[in-house]
Amino acid sequence: MTLPPTSSLDAVPEVIEPGAALTEPGIWKKMPKKVYVGAGIVALYILIAIFAPLLAPLDPLEINPVNKLASPSAEHWLGTDELGRDVFSRLLYAARVDIPIGFLGALLPAIVGTILGALAGFFGRWVDTAIMRTADVVQAFPAYILVIVLVFALGQGAGSIIIAFTVLAWVIYARIIRSEVLRVKDLDYIHAARVAGLSRLRILRVHVFPNVINQTLVYLPNDIVFATLGLAAFSFLGLGIPPPTAEWGAMIADGQPFIRTNWWLATVPGLVIVGLGLGLSLVGEGLEERLRA
Amino acid sequence: MSFLEVTDVTVRFTVGSRLAARIKGEKPPILTAVDGISFEAERGESIGIVGESGCGKSTLAKAITGLVPVASGSISLDGRELAGKRDQALRRRIQMVFQDPSSSLNPSLTVEKMLSELLRVHQVVPRDEIADRCAELMDLVELPQSLLEALPRRMSGGQRQRVGIARALALEPDVLIADESVAALDVSVQAPILNLLNSLRDNLGLTLMFISHDLAVVRYVSDRVIVMYLGTAVEDRPTAQLFDDPRHPYTKALMAAAPKFGVKKAPGESALKGEPPSALNLPSGCRFRPRCPLAADICEQIEPDLIGPSETQRAACHFAWEENEIPA
Repeated sequence: MTLPPTSSLDAVPEVIEPGAALTEPGIWKKMPKKVYVGAGIVALYILIAIFAPLLAPLDPLEINPVNKLASPSAEHWLGTDELGRDVFSRLLYAARVDIPIGFLGALLPAIVGTILGALAGFFGRWVDTAIMRTADVVQAFPAYILVIVLVFALGQGAGSIIIAFTVLAWVIYARIIRSEVLRVKDLDYIHAARVAGLSRLRILRVHVFPNVINQTLVYLPNDIVFATLGLAAFSFLGLGIPPPTAEWGAMIADGQPFIRTNWWLATVPGLVIVGLGLGLSLVGEGLEERLRA
Repeated sequence: MSFLEVTDVTVRFTVGSRLAARIKGEKPPILTAVDGISFEAERGESIGIVGESGCGKSTLAKAITGLVPVASGSISLDGRELAGKRDQALRRRIQMVFQDPSSSLNPSLTVEKMLSELLRVHQVVPRDEIADRCAELMDLVELPQSLLEALPRRMSGGQRQRVGIARALALEPDVLIADESVAALDVSVQAPILNLLNSLRDNLGLTLMFISHDLAVVRYVSDRVIVMYLGTAVEDRPTAQLFDDPRHPYTKALMAAAPKFGVKKAPGESALKGEPPSALNLPSGCRFRPRCPLAADICEQIEPDLIGPSETQRAACHFAWEENEIPA
C-alpha cells in the first residue's frame, strides 16, 4: 500500500490511520488475492446448497436397510449410511441446512451487536450501563450451556439455534464496536460535526458508524465459521436439527460408531466443514489486511 | 456593544471518578480550566490567543463553540446569548478549524459529501446549487476541483487543513476559531494557510480567533493578542504594542523563550523557572507569582486585575504600569 505524502503529519503520532474506507471507489477490486480465493470457495458451497436437488443423484432421505453401510461404488459415490441412505446426496442436501443457519447465525448477532455496541459507546451513561451489563450477564454463562438451555426452552429447530446464537454472539460485536466508537467519538471530525450543529443521530449514522463498521466486517467471516461449527457440534450432541434431515454435524455423529470399518462416513462431512471454514477464514483474513490497516 | 462579547467566562471540569470520590466521602476535585476571562471582539477583527499548553486556550475555544459547557459567565454574539443551549442557526455562526488535519476529517467521506451534507442540513443554498457552492468553496480555499472526489487519506496535511477551513466556511460563519490550526503542519505549509486565513478575514469580514502557542504565528495574523496563563488573561493588547513593549512578566518571559534567528542560547538557560503550578492548587494572590522574577509581598496577597490605561491596553500585574499611566 502506498502512503499519501504525509510528511507534515510526522509530528502527530497519536492517531492511527484507519484502513481503507469501504466507501473508497473500487475498494472491492483492490482486495488481496485470498479474498477472491476464499469467496470462490464459499460461493461454490452456496451454489451447491442452491442446486442440491439437481446435483444429488439420489433422494437423501430414502431408506434402504438392505443396502446399509455400503462401500463407495458407482451408484453410491460415498457409500451408504447405517439406514442405507446415499451419503453423497445427503452431503449435498446438508449444505441447504448448514449454510443458511451458519450465515444467519452469524449475521443476526452481527447486526444486533453492532447496533447495540454503537449505541452504548456513543450515548454512554445509562444506555452504556444497561447494554454492557447485559453483555456481562450473557458472558457470565458458559456458552454451550446457555445455547443448550435456550434450545430446550424454544424447542429444537433451525429458528431456535439462530436465536440462541444471536443471544450469545452479539456480545462480541457489541464490545468490539463499542470500543471503536469510544475511540472515534473523541476525534476532531466528530467535534467538527457537533460544532456544525448536526444532530446526534446524524453524527452517529454519518460520521461514526461508517468508520467503525469495518471491525464488524472483518470479524463476520470468522464468526460464520464458528456458527457453522457450532451447529455441527450441537447436531453432534443431538441438539441441532432433528433427524432425518441431513446435516453435517449429525452425519459425523451418525458415522462415528463405524469409524473403524467405514471411516469416510464421519470423515468426509468433517472435511466438507473444514473446506467451508477455510474459505471463510481466507475472506476474513484478506478483509482484515485491507480494512484494518 | 461589541460583536462578540466574552464576559467573565469560567469553565470547570470534574477530575477523576465521581463515584470513587463519593465512596471516599470527598467532593471530587474540580479543575478550573478557564477562570473568569473577559474580552470583546469587533466584526472583522482578528484576535490571537497565546499561552503554554494547559493554559486553557483550547478550552476557551471549545466553550465559545459550545463543545464544552460554561460554568458561569456569558458569551454573546451580535447581542444573542450563547452560554446556554444554542439552536442550529446560532451554532452555524461560530465555526472552528481544528489542530490535527489527520483526525479532523471524516475518513470515509469525500470532500464533496462532507461539504454538501452541511449545505443540505443547514439549507445554506437551494438543493440544486449545492454542487456549485462546493466548487466555490474549493476556489475560496485555493484547492483544485478534482479534490472534491478525494478521500482525506489521499490528501496532504496542507490540503486537508484547507478542506477543514472550507468545511468551516461552508456554513457562512461570522466567527472563525482556528485552534492551533497550523501547529501540525510543516513550516513551509504554514505560511500559505496563514495567508489564506488572513485573506478570508479581509474578503468575508470574518472575526478570527487564532489560538496558538507560537508567538510568531499569532503576531502574523492578529490585530490584538490575549496572553493566557493558567486559565486567565494576563495581558490583552494590540499586537504591535504587545510585541514592542510587553508589560506582563509572563509575556516578557514568553518572548524571551521564543527562538530567535542568530541568537545562541545555552542549554538550560530559560526565562521561566519551573513548571506552571497545578490548576487544581493555585497559589495565593497572583497565580504567576511562584515563577515571577518581580514577585513581591503584594503579589502574595492581592490577585492583580486585568487593567491598564485604556480598554485596549490591559495587563494583570501590579508592576505592569507606572502609577501615572493608569487613569483613576
